Amino acid sequence: MQYIQPLWPAYPELFLLFMVCVVLVADLFMHDDNRTATYTLTQFTLAGCALITWFTAPDSGPTYTFSGMFVDDLMSDVLKLITYFTVMGILVYSRAYITARGMFRGEFFSLVLFSTLGMMIMISANHLLALYLGLELLSLSLYAMVALQRDSARATEAAMKYFILGALASGMLLYGMSMIYGAAGTLEITRLANVIADGSAKGNILTFGLVFLVAGVGFKLGAAPFHMWVPDVYHGAPTAVTAFIGSAPKLAAFAFVMRLLVQGLGAEELLVEWRQMLIVMAVLSLALGNIIAIAQTNLKRMLAYSTISHMGFLLLGILSGDLNGYASGMFYVVVYVLMNIGAFGMIMLMARTDFEAEELNDYKGLNQRSPWFAFLMLLLMLSMAGIPPLAGFYAKLAVLQSVAQAGYVWLAVVAVIFSLIGAYYYLRIVRLMYFEDAADNTPIYATGDVRILMTINALAMLFFGVLPQPLMQICVDSILASF
Amino acid sequence: MYGLPLLSLSIWVPIVFGVAVLATGSDRNATAARLLALIGAIAGFLVTLPLYTGFNSAGSGFQYVELAPWIASFNVNYHLGIDGLSLLLILLNSFTTVLVVVAGWEIITQKVAQYMAAFLFLSGLMNGVFCALDALLFYVFFEATLIPMFIIIGVWGGPNRIYASVKFFLYTLLGSLLSLIALIYLYNTAEGSFSLLDFYQLPLGLGAQILIFFAFFMAFAVKVPMWPVHTWLPDAHVEAPTGGSVVLAAIMLKLGGYGFLRLSLPIVPDASQYLAGFVIFLSLVAVVYIGLVALVQTDMKKLIAYSSISHMGFVTLGIFIFNAQGMEGAIIQMISHGFVSGALFLCVGVLYDRMHSRQIADYGGVVNRMPVFAALFMLFAMANSGLPGTSGFVGEFTVIMGAMKANFWYAFLAASTLIFGAAYTLWMYKRVIFGAVANHHVAELQDINLREFLVLGALAAAVIMMGVWPDPFAEVLHTSVNDLLTHVSQSKLPVE
Repeated sequence: MQYIQPLWPAYPELFLLFMVCVVLVADLFMHDDNRTATYTLTQFTLAGCALITWFTAPDSGPTYTFSGMFVDDLMSDVLKLITYFTVMGILVYSRAYITARGMFRGEFFSLVLFSTLGMMIMISANHLLALYLGLELLSLSLYAMVALQRDSARATEAAMKYFILGALASGMLLYGMSMIYGAAGTLEITRLANVIADGSAKGNILTFGLVFLVAGVGFKLGAAPFHMWVPDVYHGAPTAVTAFIGSAPKLAAFAFVMRLLVQGLGAEELLVEWRQMLIVMAVLSLALGNIIAIAQTNLKRMLAYSTISHMGFLLLGILSGDLNGYASGMFYVVVYVLMNIGAFGMIMLMARTDFEAEELNDYKGLNQRSPWFAFLMLLLMLSMAGIPPLAGFYAKLAVLQSVAQAGYVWLAVVAVIFSLIGAYYYLRIVRLMYFEDAADNTPIYATGDVRILMTINALAMLFFGVLPQPLMQICVDSILASF
Repeated sequence: MYGLPLLSLSIWVPIVFGVAVLATGSDRNATAARLLALIGAIAGFLVTLPLYTGFNSAGSGFQYVELAPWIASFNVNYHLGIDGLSLLLILLNSFTTVLVVVAGWEIITQKVAQYMAAFLFLSGLMNGVFCALDALLFYVFFEATLIPMFIIIGVWGGPNRIYASVKFFLYTLLGSLLSLIALIYLYNTAEGSFSLLDFYQLPLGLGAQILIFFAFFMAFAVKVPMWPVHTWLPDAHVEAPTGGSVVLAAIMLKLGGYGFLRLSLPIVPDASQYLAGFVIFLSLVAVVYIGLVALVQTDMKKLIAYSSISHMGFVTLGIFIFNAQGMEGAIIQMISHGFVSGALFLCVGVLYDRMHSRQIADYGGVVNRMPVFAALFMLFAMANSGLPGTSGFVGEFTVIMGAMKANFWYAFLAASTLIFGAAYTLWMYKRVIFGAVANHHVAELQDINLREFLVLGALAAAVIMMGVWPDPFAEVLHTSVNDLLTHVSQSKLPVE
């Protein structure tokens, strides 16, 4: 038993695992009309995880457990807390949407919880195998969620595509990990770093493994040139699932990159190697995401390409290769997640039975139909475009600053030019909402909780735009405390 | 004065009122929205008046300084302060906002609350640009002004408003994004400070200075706008509602001129001197060529838009000849142009509200039906052509004098505007106002009402006062301009 001592750093995961089983079993005994109980239980589970994470946060420095496979540090706690709130928010937004589409069932909730567990394990992993396990738990749950709408051919196609490409990426990751193991003789991330620092690892094999790892990471992030699945999956999946895929897993993917590349393979000679690869991926993602998004007429697809470009920005933050850059990357991903759930929340809010509200033209004249929601969407879109005084601007600023500090001013210029191109398609939404007349005047109905959450969500963009300091400080602190 | 944070008030009073106006909601409460907007605009103007009365025009450096930490991780401060130059622009801005609110009173009937709120936000944000002493704060305000203007053009604009608003937004965004890179570079070079005062002292090599200069130049030249990056302006002006055109011409263009004075010159003085010839060349092209372009316009708003570009050429010319007359003239010209172009756009607005046409050819003989209006319009047309005794003369004449000191040919070309300016303005005036009554629409015109008279009358008073007695405007400038010129004359190149 001494291998799993102390147990407390993993309490949130253990609690969640226990509760998933409870949800799964309890749901079997429920009728369709009191399925709300499952929903409530799920929300309480996540809230409980948040409380446990809050109270078990280590006072100082990282705490390792499970023989060093699992780590609890400030970064993991912050990311986990944001993950819980993100998932809770998505559940609130998607409740009416999935009810109307017959997905308001136990499976949805247990899959959401399982994938959350996977993310938590990824965030806290200190061992390549743990990392991989978390990733697979997340991915398999996501594949199933995409396919949840059985009768939809589009969703099934998306799920197949996601699954096959996902399996390929997992294979690459595993292959890369095995190379790393061959070169360094360990899979534990902290020890891996020590072995590399000693110079006792075999350089060529290590680099070779690194290439596969970076490719796998690129796939999971959805960065070009490993982005092929993103638009189809975003488009094909039910919006509730798209909102999920597009948000919380990016937090986990950020942690994944940090653990793997920075903590494990962050030695100077390897940093030079993966930085080059990340530069290529970042520039390609920025270019491709922003340019192709212009041609989209479907909002979900457009947001998919926008995600690709945001991931490019995230990579820019990481490739700066210093604490400042990592903090900016973390800030970026947190802001991105907030914007993203807001945008998808809006799509679900506008959707009705038999109406997906996913075409750009569905947003025509929103200012006439509901000035308040139009205003909130305006905040979200301009924040994505990075216009001050909204949170997205500071996220971009932080990344650009760290990139320039690392000596890559040209990368900053490239990023800026592509975000100018990006501004065009975000503006297009604003234009449709404000400048065009409504084609469809069906009243927009939303329940009280959705209205409140949407308001908080979008106004948070303005709040963190005017006062970005608290959130930035949290990111800086958690990176400093964890690395 | 009473220890009030006057600069913060001048920024936030309009913005808070803007939020309140938005809260009045739908058009059922339009009257409430209008009244609240008027109160907000007047309150915003009143809080800026003590800035002038309490201003020490002999003092160098910045006054009414406010400093508070804002984003500690980036060492960004909420740092405000003004000198004579910003003072005048703040006053102009807050004054114009009142006029714009009154001018839109009955004209705007759709989404009144949003319209009024957008102008109040814009007013507060632009005051922010003129007060900011922290580069990031400056940038945030500078960029944020795009959002309300984008909405104003796009929602209440003319038939081609969508094209114009998007062009306006992206064009100006391109410029400012590059300047953001320059600011980040400076931040890293200054070892983690965004303070403009630190940037002023920062030694920089000529190569870096030139790159930074061009990055800033992109932002400010687009905003001014200078030839050849002016093409967004005629579109934006033609499509914008009257109030939008007024604010655009009177204040927003000044953000560019102000940016040159506040950022480009003091931060990269060597590059500014080195490239002065280039900027002067572009300015003269604007003055002469755009003046000729204005001559052939058939649309009144477009004509005034081109005339704006031509007049703003004077501003950049005056700034980059690096002598006190030129620079003071440039600043006076900015203020004067704020009054005159604003007034001209309002005049066109008055006609457009009645006839729904901006084509010169649709008019003729307006004086027969609208004598009061014709008289006021006459005054503004004269001011636009630089008639002595109007504000237009003071600025242009001072710049030409400054240019003469620098180079005879600069002055010669610049002075050509006195001919072209008079030609295109007065020719337009003649075709619209004089002659026989052109058609039955003109025959049915009503003269301006009290509201319109108040707006135009206030501007007429300002134009004449500035023309006859420019001292109150000029005296606050002397020290600031001399300080700036002294600073610019000191090289920032690192000592070998």
